[in-house]
Amino acid sequence: MPGPPASAAIVAPPVAQDLHEDVIEVRGLHKTYGGVPAVRDATFSVRRGEIFGLLGPNGAGKTTTVECLQGLRSADGGSISVLGLDPRRQSGKLRRRIGSQLQQSALPDHIKVWEALDLFSTLMHTGTDWRVLMEQWGLSAVRSRRFHHLSGGQRQRLFVALALVNGPELVFLDEMTTGLDPAARRDAWELIREIRDRGATVVLVTHFMDEAERLCDRLAVVEAGRVVAVASPQELIAAHAGRVRVVFTCTECDLSWLDRVPHVHGVERHGARVEVDGDGPVLAMVAHALVAHGLEPADLHLEEPTLEDAYLHLTGHLIRE
Amino acid sequence: MKMLLRLTWVEIKLLTREPLTLIFTFGLPLLILLVLGGIFRTSDVLDDVLVGRQPIDWYVPAYMGLVTASIGLISLPVHLASYRERGVLRRFRASGVSELSVFGSQLLVSLGIALIGSGLLYLLGALVYGAAPPLDPLRFVLAFIVSVAMFAAIGILLAAVIPTARAVQGLGLILWFVMLFVSGTSSPLQLLPVWLQRVGQALPLYHVVQALERPWNGRGTDLVHLSIVAAVCVGASLLAARLFRWD
Repeated sequence: MPGPPASAAIVAPPVAQDLHEDVIEVRGLHKTYGGVPAVRDATFSVRRGEIFGLLGPNGAGKTTTVECLQGLRSADGGSISVLGLDPRRQSGKLRRRIGSQLQQSALPDHIKVWEALDLFSTLMHTGTDWRVLMEQWGLSAVRSRRFHHLSGGQRQRLFVALALVNGPELVFLDEMTTGLDPAARRDAWELIREIRDRGATVVLVTHFMDEAERLCDRLAVVEAGRVVAVASPQELIAAHAGRVRVVFTCTECDLSWLDRVPHVHGVERHGARVEVDGDGPVLAMVAHALVAHGLEPADLHLEEPTLEDAYLHLTGHLIRE
Repeated sequence: MKMLLRLTWVEIKLLTREPLTLIFTFGLPLLILLVLGGIFRTSDVLDDVLVGRQPIDWYVPAYMGLVTASIGLISLPVHLASYRERGVLRRFRASGVSELSVFGSQLLVSLGIALIGSGLLYLLGALVYGAAPPLDPLRFVLAFIVSVAMFAAIGILLAAVIPTARAVQGLGLILWFVMLFVSGTSSPLQLLPVWLQRVGQALPLYHVVQALERPWNGRGTDLVHLSIVAAVCVGASLLAARLFRWD
């Protein structure tokens, strides 16, 4: 990496570094609790400036993995490098550069919102003014409210604000939208994008498909302690969801000819709803054939596969709440 | 250092929002002083040791030791253990709060509570039974600080090895009552059978009481007992630092 010119008075922020630099490298990570493996041979890397998701059901080993990355737990095997540091041996150095919103954590019942922000900001020499964070995360109205009087959503937002109080390069968010209502979730997504847009890398642990699909630049699908795939949501969908689906409704029509239309692989009927699986130009083919048979369904449309389809294909099951 | 002071300040504010948590720490020693001070106010069993002082002048510093014991055996470890149970310590650690800040703030808060509790004890003793002020305040303060530090270290150790706040509370109460009966803080030691006196001498509160009582009544620093208290303090601190868990 070239150093700044000798005359330069401006210090380049960390954001200006190579965007494809890996900020996290995990190789063969292994962690066992009392003989039961929680993480098995996990390997992935996270690039600077992206939102990287760890997607999987509860108990898949996501939280254990990020706890190892944050230096909160020691791994039983494998190698971890976070911002070029060993999280276990250089945890002090690492903590100053990362932010963590933990899944199971709390604050003292009677501490007020502003006191918590003020307290944790004293550890940091740099970073954002906590008053700005309080405003950004919609906590100003409850600044003097005690922790045990906060709603689930307010607590989550306070934890995220605490994670950002040191102006971190890398932020870990563990199930941060769990317990939020739909509107608050959307707001949180916007704020997570904002964290990324300001140059921080975000590691997002989630079991929500829609969250992972909309928010993550790349994600690791975690299944029973293993990383079964690492790619962008679009790549995962393209690689694993496979075909597209044409859908329309049609009551009491004879469609016995439909599965012989080119590019159609299968037809399913659920009452009036007809689902046609196919590939490539299947929409045009089906539309043409329908018209040729004198049928003109008004709701003929293409359904794009979602991450959920890809996940189902990858793991054989869906994540249940 | 800055974090230690901020955290201490926050802990003090939190205490003032939940003053009822101190009822046991302050209330029980006051109550026992009132009762036992009355029972033994004219007793002559302490005459050998207390030349020119009244029995209440034994009880006031002894019960100050009892206050430090109730902080270290009950309120501090219950507080820390519930922090761990609820994930507050996880939060602290992830934000880079050091062990030193957590332990140090607990020690400073304990000192403050012990001072207030001891002040109340002295006031009550003086008002009701005419207790006299300490004869050697400087040496007394030294012994007092070492005693609070020792029980704070024991408290952190208890919180480190006992998994839940409820279990800590149960164990702490038992330890506290055992020490209360055999450390010269209930009936005078001279009235106990020899084997119970031995049990008392094996427990830390006995040495705290000795270390506090001597300078209070102007008999100098009790180096033997003060050294024992300091040694237990160092030992408990080292063990606590080794065994402490954040989650």
